[in-house]
Amino acid sequence: MTTTAPENLVYDRPEGFTDTPTHYCPGCTHGVAHRLVAEVLEEMGVLDKTIGVAPVGCAVFAYNYFDTDFVEAPHGRAPAMATGIKRVLPDRIVFTYQGDGDLASIGMGEIVHAAARGENLTVIFINNANYGMTGGQMAPTTLPGMKTTSSPNGRDVETQGYPIRMAEMLSTLDGAGYVVRRSLHDPKNIRLAKKAIRLAFETQARGLGFSMVELLSTCPTNWGMTPVNSLKFVEEHMVPAFPLGDYKVAAGIAQIKI
Amino acid sequence: MTRELWKGNEAIAEASVRAGLEAYFGYPITPQTEVLEYLSRRMPELGRTFVQAESELGAINMVYGAACTGVRVMSSSSSPGVSLMMEGISYIAGTEIPAVLINVMRGGPGLGNIAPSQGDYNQAVRGGGHGDYQPIVLAPASVQEAIDLTVLSFDLAERYRSICMVILDGSVGQMMEPAQMPEMQPVQRKDWEWATNAKMGKRERRVLTSIYLDPIQEEKLNLRLIQRWKQIQANEVRYKEYFLDDAEFVIVGFGTAGRVALSAVRTARQRGIKVGLLRPITVSPFPHEVIDQLAGRVEAFLVTEMNSGQMLEDVRLAVKGRVPVEFYGRMGGVVPFTEEILHEIERITTSKLSLDENPRDAWFERMMSSR
Repeated sequence: MTTTAPENLVYDRPEGFTDTPTHYCPGCTHGVAHRLVAEVLEEMGVLDKTIGVAPVGCAVFAYNYFDTDFVEAPHGRAPAMATGIKRVLPDRIVFTYQGDGDLASIGMGEIVHAAARGENLTVIFINNANYGMTGGQMAPTTLPGMKTTSSPNGRDVETQGYPIRMAEMLSTLDGAGYVVRRSLHDPKNIRLAKKAIRLAFETQARGLGFSMVELLSTCPTNWGMTPVNSLKFVEEHMVPAFPLGDYKVAAGIAQIKI
Repeated sequence: MTRELWKGNEAIAEASVRAGLEAYFGYPITPQTEVLEYLSRRMPELGRTFVQAESELGAINMVYGAACTGVRVMSSSSSPGVSLMMEGISYIAGTEIPAVLINVMRGGPGLGNIAPSQGDYNQAVRGGGHGDYQPIVLAPASVQEAIDLTVLSFDLAERYRSICMVILDGSVGQMMEPAQMPEMQPVQRKDWEWATNAKMGKRERRVLTSIYLDPIQEEKLNLRLIQRWKQIQANEVRYKEYFLDDAEFVIVGFGTAGRVALSAVRTARQRGIKVGLLRPITVSPFPHEVIDQLAGRVEAFLVTEMNSGQMLEDVRLAVKGRVPVEFYGRMGGVVPFTEEILHEIERITTSKLSLDENPRDAWFERMMSSR
């Protein structure tokens, strides 16, 4: 293959991106997650046949950044919209990109049933333990004791319940083919996350059922931390509460070599 | 083609299949469940999409997703289920894409009952969901009309990139009548210039969304929707007239209420009363113009509905206070008998009517004093 790229080029915009700069806060890991998805779609050569479903939340404008067809779902309903698209266009690659308020709270019904039906689509799930876009309210994933704008004294589990571990929950469903949790807090984990995203899309491309990658992410602005401290917070507090791992890898997927 | 005996709900289901329905998403609720049941068998048989969703929220958003790809798609439900769908309907309206929704209405509010009602008129014709939009709403009064309007609804939805709703009360959905099915249309997957069906090496990427963060852009959408609505008003108003040529009194009723009124009008005519019936087929866009013209030459109107006087307000807007508008309604799932309408015809043709009285208040007083 001949290219005109300079020999020293080590980093460039993936083809899966448009030229639009993102609106995300400095230090937020949405940009990293977006890039991983774009790289995977490019490497698989499926950008042309991909349709994304954006959520309501910080990623509501995800459709501005990916160079693929995109639709924008009502809050929490992305898996239902994706179901509608994938069922009538089964040869396309369909993915949703959802936050924790969107997926684990208002959209709990849609995500559980999409997984239970074994819908052949891929879900990228951003878990940053709060509602980012509305200014940092308590989410179903907020850690016990964690302060948010709607749990100002820290999440009190007696009155506000416990965090929901989505990957573990969805992995119990027979329709789920590939359900894993990764983290974006350091380069090693980012590489592992990319591999998981690739496997999730490969699951779909092979028709092996529902796939989801949960990504532990930062929200420096709403957490009131520097980007570096946010990454530390993920490593020290979120990873213990939301253990990384492969919760469901169907037999056919375990054999995929990438 | 021959006429066959069809149950309303199943007739709608088969009519949608013959109109080229590619995907159906629904959830069980009485009295529309036969649509779902029929299509659960019929759609897979033809290699088309059928999904029983986890809820009406799920169903309407599956419709939303499929509609974005440009295929003919439909859901059906009944009153409480349609309330749940209102979020998705507003999004579909804001995204300017076509979709068909059948509402087999039942008694309400709340859980209500499963008896026939027209209580969702306002919800349907005023939009129901949040924001500024108006859906096209068709109201059949028989199984044959339910078939014809279901087929029409797909064409209208696509022509105007709009939600098209067919509202029928539970009795039309549940009863069996002889009716003729249209020929099977082939599924035509049109490559709309807006559909998000993936680039496939042929074009630039497309985005479908209902978010316009800049208020000026949102207002542009609002204006575009009104512009489209003006075309719909100009081209798509449909109604049926019965005995109106020499009528001195006019009944206005849609769906089953209109059908019962027709029996009453026929009997009244035999008695020499010059009464006619106007039955709106499109309750949105509403046939204002014909009522406006009639108001210039008749003595009074009687609006009959299976609700507390919802369409009544639209009739009054068209009549503009020129002649009295009277009202008779039954609610809660009660279907009026022909004799009740006949009694009302006799009342309005023999008593002195007031222009000042609020017809709904007067009807309510008559209802309360008769029990």
